[in-house]
Amino acid sequence: MTAATFTDTRGRTPVVRSRGHGANVLRRLLRNPVAMIAATIILLLVLMAIFAPWLMPADPYATSMLKRLKPIGTEGLPLGSDELGRDLLSRLMLGGRLSLFMGIAPVVMAFIIGGGIGILAGYAGGWLNTAIMRCIDVLYAFPSVLLAIALSGALGAGITNALVSLTVVFIPQIARIAESVTTQVRRSDYVDAARASGASSLLIIRKHVLGNVIGPIFVYATSLISVSMILASGLSFLGLGVKPPQPEWGLMLNTLRTAIYTQPWVAALPGLMIFITSVSFNMLADGLRSAMEVKQ
Amino acid sequence: MPDMQTAHSPMIRLHDLQVEFRVPGKRVQAVNGVNLEVGPGEVVALIGESGSGKSVTLRALMRLHPERTTHYAGTLEVAGRDVLKMGKRELAQLRGSSVAMIFQEPLLALDPVYTLGQQITEAIRQHAPVSRAEARARALRLFEKVRIPSPERRLDAYPHEMSGGMRQRAMIALALACEPQVLLADEPTTALDATVQIQILLLLRELQRELGLSIVFVTHDIGAAAEIADRMAVMYAGRIIEQGPAAELLTRPRHPYTRALLKSRSEGAMQKGRRLDTIQGAPPDLSRLPAGCAFAERCAFAAETCLGGQPEETRVGPEHSVRCWRLDELPAQGGPVQRAEPVNG
Amino acid sequence: MKPTHSARDPRDLGGPRQPLLSVRELKKHFPLKKTGLGLRGPRLAVRAVDGISFDILKGETLGVVGESGCGKSTTARLLMQLTPQDSGELVFDGLSLGSPGLSLRDYRRQTQMVFQDSYSSLNPRMTVEDSIAFGPTVHGVSQREALSRAHDLLARVGLEPARFAGRYPHELSGGQRQRVNIARALALEPRLIILDESVSALDKSVEAQVLNLLQDLKQAFGLTYVFISHDLNVVRYMSDRVLVMYLGEVVEVASADALFEQPLHPYTAALLRSMPTTDPLRRTEQAPLSGDPPNPIDPPSGCRFHTRCPDAQAICRMRAPVFGEAMPGRSVACLKYQPGSGYAASTIALKEVTHA
Repeated sequence: MTAATFTDTRGRTPVVRSRGHGANVLRRLLRNPVAMIAATIILLLVLMAIFAPWLMPADPYATSMLKRLKPIGTEGLPLGSDELGRDLLSRLMLGGRLSLFMGIAPVVMAFIIGGGIGILAGYAGGWLNTAIMRCIDVLYAFPSVLLAIALSGALGAGITNALVSLTVVFIPQIARIAESVTTQVRRSDYVDAARASGASSLLIIRKHVLGNVIGPIFVYATSLISVSMILASGLSFLGLGVKPPQPEWGLMLNTLRTAIYTQPWVAALPGLMIFITSVSFNMLADGLRSAMEVKQ
Repeated sequence: MPDMQTAHSPMIRLHDLQVEFRVPGKRVQAVNGVNLEVGPGEVVALIGESGSGKSVTLRALMRLHPERTTHYAGTLEVAGRDVLKMGKRELAQLRGSSVAMIFQEPLLALDPVYTLGQQITEAIRQHAPVSRAEARARALRLFEKVRIPSPERRLDAYPHEMSGGMRQRAMIALALACEPQVLLADEPTTALDATVQIQILLLLRELQRELGLSIVFVTHDIGAAAEIADRMAVMYAGRIIEQGPAAELLTRPRHPYTRALLKSRSEGAMQKGRRLDTIQGAPPDLSRLPAGCAFAERCAFAAETCLGGQPEETRVGPEHSVRCWRLDELPAQGGPVQRAEPVNG
Repeated sequence: MKPTHSARDPRDLGGPRQPLLSVRELKKHFPLKKTGLGLRGPRLAVRAVDGISFDILKGETLGVVGESGCGKSTTARLLMQLTPQDSGELVFDGLSLGSPGLSLRDYRRQTQMVFQDSYSSLNPRMTVEDSIAFGPTVHGVSQREALSRAHDLLARVGLEPARFAGRYPHELSGGQRQRVNIARALALEPRLIILDESVSALDKSVEAQVLNLLQDLKQAFGLTYVFISHDLNVVRYMSDRVLVMYLGEVVEVASADALFEQPLHPYTAALLRSMPTTDPLRRTEQAPLSGDPPNPIDPPSGCRFHTRCPDAQAICRMRAPVFGEAMPGRSVACLKYQPGSGYAASTIALKEVTHA
C-alpha cells in the first residue's frame, strides 16, 4: 500500500514504521490541486489581513468629499473609493481582518463547545444522550439566519454579541455531527475491546474515540466557516454586527449598496471578497473530506 | 441429462478472459486467462479463496464492474452473444432477461422501501407486457416455487421483516422473475446457518432441474459446492488451476492446491490433538504476479521449472484438466483424500 | 488431553477441580422500542439469552454452537461483561463477580475476548504495537514495559516485531490482523479467552494456521477457551466439550466426541446432519430441518424446538423440558430423556405437527 516507511528505535528493536494517518491525509491533500489553490488563496487573504496596517496604500478612515465613488483604476485609488471618498483597497484589506475573524472565531468556539457536547452525548448514549440531543434539537429547529438575527437583536449590536450569537448558531450543528460519529465509534469492536481491557471511559475517549472522530468534525466545521462569514456579513449589513466606521466586508456591502447604479463594480467588490473567501473555505473543506475518506 | 447438448452450444463460453482493474498508480490483474464453458442446464461451481478471482469472473459475465476502471480482454460469450461488444441497451436486456444474479447478502440487493411483491411484479412487468394482476399472480407462483410459507402474506412484506433464509428465497424468486436461462450465484449461502444453507442448496438444485437453468455457483466452501455442482473449477490468483466433473475432482484431485484444500476438509485431517496441515504463506499480490505458476511459492512439490512460465492446461481425464508443471512428478494421486474418504460415512 | 499444570498458577484459587467460570441462570432480554399505539400490553423483548447455566472447566476448550439468533454472541458479550445481564451470576474461580473479592476490573484482566471482525476490532489510528500495549498500560504497566511486552507477543503469534509493530491495521491481511487481536488479548495475561467466531471470516488455509496458533498458545500459557463458531468441523476439532444453544437456551452439553458421535437432542442431531459432505455420491437429499429458527421475540411454547422437531409429540407443545443429566457426563433439555415427562417412549411419534 502507501507504505513509505522508515525505521526508528523507540522500542527495543528497530521497527519499520508506517506513515501515520495525519501524514497520509496531508500528502493526499497536497496532491489535490483545487484544495491547494483554495489553501493558497486563504493563506494570502490571512496574510493580507494580518499585515493590512503596513500594506495599506492609504488611510482607510480618511474621508474626502471630492473623491466620492470614484471608479476602479482612478489614480491613487486603484479599486476606487466609497460613498465617503475613502480608499476602497485599503478598506478591503483592513476589513478582511474583521470579516475573517468573524468567519473563523465562532466556528472555532462552536467546534470546542459543540464538539465536546456531541462527543459526550455520543459516548454516554442512553438517556443522557437523549436529554442532551433534545435540547440541541430545539436550537437546531430554528433556521440559522433567523436564530442569528434574533440572538443578536436581543443581545444588542456589537462584535462580541455577534460572535456569541454566531457561536450559539453553530453549536447544535457541530454537536449533531459529533454525536453521530461518536455513536458510530462507540459501537465499534475496538472500543469494546478497550472496555474489555478495563480502561475507564475517559481514557477510552482520549485514546480511542477522539482520534477517530476529530477528523470528520473538523471537516464539517471547516465547511461552516463560509456560512459564518456570510452570516456575520449579514448581521453587519443589518446593523447588528460591526459598527461604522470600522471596515468590514458585510458592512461595506451595506453602505455601498446605494451606489449600485452609479458605480456597480466598486459596490460589488466587498461582495466579491466574501464570495472568494467562502468558496475557498468550502473547496478546502471538500479537499480535506476526500483526503480523509480514501479507503485505506 | 444435459451432457448431450453441451457439445454444440454452451450457454457461457470464456476463453482467455482477463479482467484488470486500473486504479491510479496500480494495475490489479484480478482474472488472468480463464477458460470455462458452461452448458445449458449445467451447474458449475467456481471455488477459491478471497482474491482468487472467482467473484470477479462471475461479475464480469454481466459486465458489472465499473466501466471506467476495468479493462477486459479475451472472449466472453453468454448465450452465444459477445458480452464485451454489447452496447448499453443490449447489456440491460442481457442482465434482465437471460442472466440473473443472486448475492450473499439479500438485504443489500433488495430495495428496502418496496415490498417484495412490488419488486417482483415490477421486474416481471419490465420484461413482459402483462397486467398488474397477472404479474402479481406470477409473483405468487414464484413465491410458492421457492417454498416461502404463507406466500400471499409474504408478498406484502418488506425485506427487513423476513428472516435470512426467507430473504434469500425471495431474492431467488426475484432473480427468476424474468425467466432467465443462466443464474449467477455469488456465495448465496455463505451468510446462512448450516441448517438453512442446506435448504437453499436443495432448493437451487430442484429449481435448476425443473427450469433447466445453467448455474454458475461461486463459493469458498467445497462442501456447498459438492452439494450442488455437476462440474467444479478451482481458482487461484485469477486462473482456473483445475476443473473437471465434481465426482472426479473430489475423489481424484490432481493439482497440489486442490489436494491441499480437500485434505483440510476430509474428516481425518481434523483429528483432535493433531496439528492441522496448512498451506503456508499467502496468495500472491495481484498487482505483482510472478511470471511462473502463482502457487509455486507455497507448493510442496515446486521445482525450478515452476518458476519459469505459466503451466498449460493439461487434460488428465474426460473434461478434467489441470494447470501444473509437475503433474507427472506428483505422488500417487489422491493419497491422503482416498484414505480419509471411508471415515466420512 | 489435559494440559499439564507443571507449576501451579499462583492465581489459581480453587484448584483444578473447581470450574474456572460458573455461569448461573444468566438472562438478557433486549427490550424493543415501542411502535404504534401499543400503550398497553406487555412490552416486547428479544429474549436473547434466557436463563442459561453452565461451567467452564479449567484448561478446557468449551465449544459453543447454534444457529444465528440462538444467543451465542450475546452469551460471549455477557461473559466479557460488555453487556450487563438482566439477572444471573458469574462465578470466576469460586469468586462471585461483583463481590469484594473480584471487581469487574480484576475480572477483565483475567478474561479477554477475540472478536470476529479482525478489522473493526482494531483502532484504525493506532499502530499494532500501541493497540497491544494499551491494555497493560491501563493496568499500570509502564509504556516502555508494555511496548516491549507487545513486541514479545507479536513474535509469539508469528509476526516479526520489526516488520509489524509500527504498522497500521489496514496494511495487514485478515489473518495477520487476527494474530494481532490474539496478541492483544494475551497482553493482559488472561486465564480465559472468549473466541467469538474468531476464525470464521478467514480463508480456510489461513484459518488452519490461526487454529494451530491458538492450540499452541493454549498449551504455552495454560489458557482456557470458550470457542464460539458456526463451523461444526472446527468446533469438534478445537473443543473438549461442546454446548449447543437454541433460541436463548442451552439444549445439550457433552464431550465433543460423544456429542458428535451420538447426539441426544434432536436439534443437535439435525445440526450435525446439515453439514455438507464432500462426497458427491452421498449428497443430502432432504433438509434435516425446515424453515428458519423462530423469532426469539415470541418463542414457541413448551419446548422451543417443537415447531421444527422431527420427534415432537403433543406434550412438547405444552411442557418445557428441564435441562438435566440424561446419562453420565451428558446433559440435555428434551422431554424424551426426562423420566415421567409424559413423552411416549414408543417409537411412534405423533406426526400431527403441521407446518404452516
